[in-house]
Amino acid sequence: MLSYLIRRLLSALFAIWVVITVTFFFMHAIPGGPFETEKAIPPAIKANIEARYKLDQPLHIQYIDYLGNVVRGDLGPSFKYRGQTVNGIISERFPISMQLGLTAFAIAIILGVGAGIVAALYQGRIPDYITMFFSTIGISVPSFILGTLLMYYLAFKWGLLPAAMWGTPKHVLMPAIALAGLPTAFIARLMRSSMLDVLNQDYMKTAVSKGLARWRIIWLHAVKNAIIPVVTYSGPLLATILTGSFIVENIFAIPGLGKHFVTSIYNRDYTVILGLTIFYSIILIALNMLVDLAYTLIDPRIKLMGSKE
Amino acid sequence: MKKYLILVAVLLCAAILITGCGTEEIGGEDVTDVPVEGEMVLTYNVGTEPETMDVHLSTGLPEATIMLQIYEGLARLNEDSLPDLALAESVDVSDDDLVYTFTLRDGLVWSNGDPLTAEDFVFSWKRALSPELAADYAYMLYYIKGAEAYNVGEGSVDDVMVEALDEKTLQVTLEAPTPFFLSLVAFKTYYPLHRPTVEADPEGWHLSADTIIGNGPFEMISWDQGKMEFIPNENYYDRDAVVLDRLYFTMIENESTELTMFETGDVDVTHTVPGPEIPRLEETGELHIFPEFGTYYFIFQIEKSPVDDVRVRKALTYAIDREALVANVTQGGQLPAYAFVPSGIPEHDGSDFRANGGDYFSYDPDLAKQLLAEAGYPDGEGFPSVEILYNTSEMHKLIAEAIQEMWKQNLGIENVTLTNQEWGVYLNTRDEGDFTIARAGWIGDYLDPYTFLDMWVTGGGNNNSRWSSAEYDQLLLDVRMVDDEVQRMEMMHRLEDILMEDMPILPIYYYTLPMMVKDYVKGYTKAAVSGIDFKSAYIAE
Repeated sequence: MLSYLIRRLLSALFAIWVVITVTFFFMHAIPGGPFETEKAIPPAIKANIEARYKLDQPLHIQYIDYLGNVVRGDLGPSFKYRGQTVNGIISERFPISMQLGLTAFAIAIILGVGAGIVAALYQGRIPDYITMFFSTIGISVPSFILGTLLMYYLAFKWGLLPAAMWGTPKHVLMPAIALAGLPTAFIARLMRSSMLDVLNQDYMKTAVSKGLARWRIIWLHAVKNAIIPVVTYSGPLLATILTGSFIVENIFAIPGLGKHFVTSIYNRDYTVILGLTIFYSIILIALNMLVDLAYTLIDPRIKLMGSKE
Repeated sequence: MKKYLILVAVLLCAAILITGCGTEEIGGEDVTDVPVEGEMVLTYNVGTEPETMDVHLSTGLPEATIMLQIYEGLARLNEDSLPDLALAESVDVSDDDLVYTFTLRDGLVWSNGDPLTAEDFVFSWKRALSPELAADYAYMLYYIKGAEAYNVGEGSVDDVMVEALDEKTLQVTLEAPTPFFLSLVAFKTYYPLHRPTVEADPEGWHLSADTIIGNGPFEMISWDQGKMEFIPNENYYDRDAVVLDRLYFTMIENESTELTMFETGDVDVTHTVPGPEIPRLEETGELHIFPEFGTYYFIFQIEKSPVDDVRVRKALTYAIDREALVANVTQGGQLPAYAFVPSGIPEHDGSDFRANGGDYFSYDPDLAKQLLAEAGYPDGEGFPSVEILYNTSEMHKLIAEAIQEMWKQNLGIENVTLTNQEWGVYLNTRDEGDFTIARAGWIGDYLDPYTFLDMWVTGGGNNNSRWSSAEYDQLLLDVRMVDDEVQRMEMMHRLEDILMEDMPILPIYYYTLPMMVKDYVKGYTKAAVSGIDFKSAYIAE
């Protein structure tokens, strides 16, 4: 177990180093730089700025310096948001995106799994058609349309919820639903097909013939076995949803992290691009590890490689 | 084994949850966030989060608008974009127009009660110029003697000619006569700074409302979760002129959301309006179109064929129906541009620079056709393939498409193509001159034609057309030494004449700023070169 974790950690570190290196050199290969503006600034001033942020150094020196700082946990200063550090931006904004993301994730799991189970149990009947109808809509309607529709009705027409901004629980609801739309629909379909698969297994028939209670069969035997694909999907989903959505945060004016994933690239805000890439990689790797651990809890047949028992 | 795994999983989950949720409490509303019944409260959407609240490092209009509420310089711009003395009670200008001696008002204090002295200006201006700070807008202070040398590392800070003669007297010596210097001292780079807080945390003092000590009509009391809150600054010398009890700035970027927030009454003044909505909103009576001191134009890279021929450049310029373009495409109340410098600049007798200069051309398809034929392309025959470059944006695309169509209709030019590039790439392409025709926009920094004309100096960083005129360059130098206002403006007109005669650029329209303002919002001002000033704003119910 421990050796498994250590090996996973080492390979994670290697993966993060590869991500940093590739991002670093690709990012510098894009034309333009962080201090280009429509109003060209005098060359002497530009030289001052580049000296201040050490952009006047050769690229490989910048790269080595950067790696050194990352090891010390310092992601550097933002070039665009002057005075702010990348660590500061993440620590200020990630909690906001995470609250929103966790809410959306909870909605997606509860509704998605629930709808999937119902659809599978009533396969080919009305509840199945209804859930699959909505899940098709959920998959095909993008979050910005869902978000705009919610805002139009819930905030503008009926005045039930604040249209946008952040700060109270009421503000979380609409963006969380908009964000949860697609994953809910996807999970419902995933759960349905996986459930159908399990329901047709021999051990299910055995369980029924043994006269076990219906809910017990469904819960202990079917759902537990059918949920594995959903767990697999949860890792990357959670990583994406926690780090914020550019579109949903933009529509609902939420000061989260999602915006920076996109604008930092437009701004050539090198340190922010790299910092967020590293941050996202860490979350993704950590969650994937959690998912792998979760497998062993759900399905005793799955063993972690290298774990001795 | 299984128990151990559960423990690990639970711990990891808990770690993730705690690190995230521990720092912020949903619903933990700040007490100050709730306006008291009967208070006069106004919400303006500034449209984006400020890049920085450091007055010296900031470059954008949203930041300038925020700073306008909490800071004040020696002068403050009025509605006509003219400077009124503000912190300065009087100013004495030497006969050669080089030495400005400002006398500050009595008893000036910062929002925290500390006395504000001439020394605060000296500290602030020298900080703006320090090469270590590396401020973009340091060049706004280059008019001061010794400033440029210090900023580029060739001079000493002690040679920057700004001095506090005593607590109330500030003396500045300029490099050359600068008739718009009083407008400049109203600009944010010239604001004073509260030295103790800046020195206590040189990098981070501007990140929190607690350490932003201002001296303007309002005081920022919170800045959190995409919202700023201001109350009147009780220590402001003109406190009685401030009517609002509370002012909020929101940072909604999405234009549709902003409009919805306006329509639900959560926002009283918007920073812009979604273009396609303008015809509908005009009927509400709440749409206000403010002038903006800027020009939207195309640049010709004049080393590239066929625009190396002035007749081609003129033909392309004359063949555009700007009236139709602003009425049907941009729809934001923009004004067709038949010259480069926008209106709004007063000359010595108060008349408008643009009105005096007049139009340099008109929409004239016949003349355009004739010029194109003279250049060797009758009815567009044989005209080489030409590309219009613009940065990726729906509006730029629509404009370029309309112009492409007009050239086709009026000149018979068939092979104009459009290319869009992402902003950073586009700026790079423009700098490298790797284009034939490119869109561009220019917003003036101060109310003087010079801010539009000096960019076309040979080899200038903004002169992407690569146009060069010895006469123009000389005139640009000469005009800086002239202190007679009449002669100076004559020279400015002459500069624009030369520019329009050679036409390295193709003016399209003068910018405007459409905003939604609730009927009950009164008393605010909007100068063309700065943001909305809420100093005297009030709510009429």
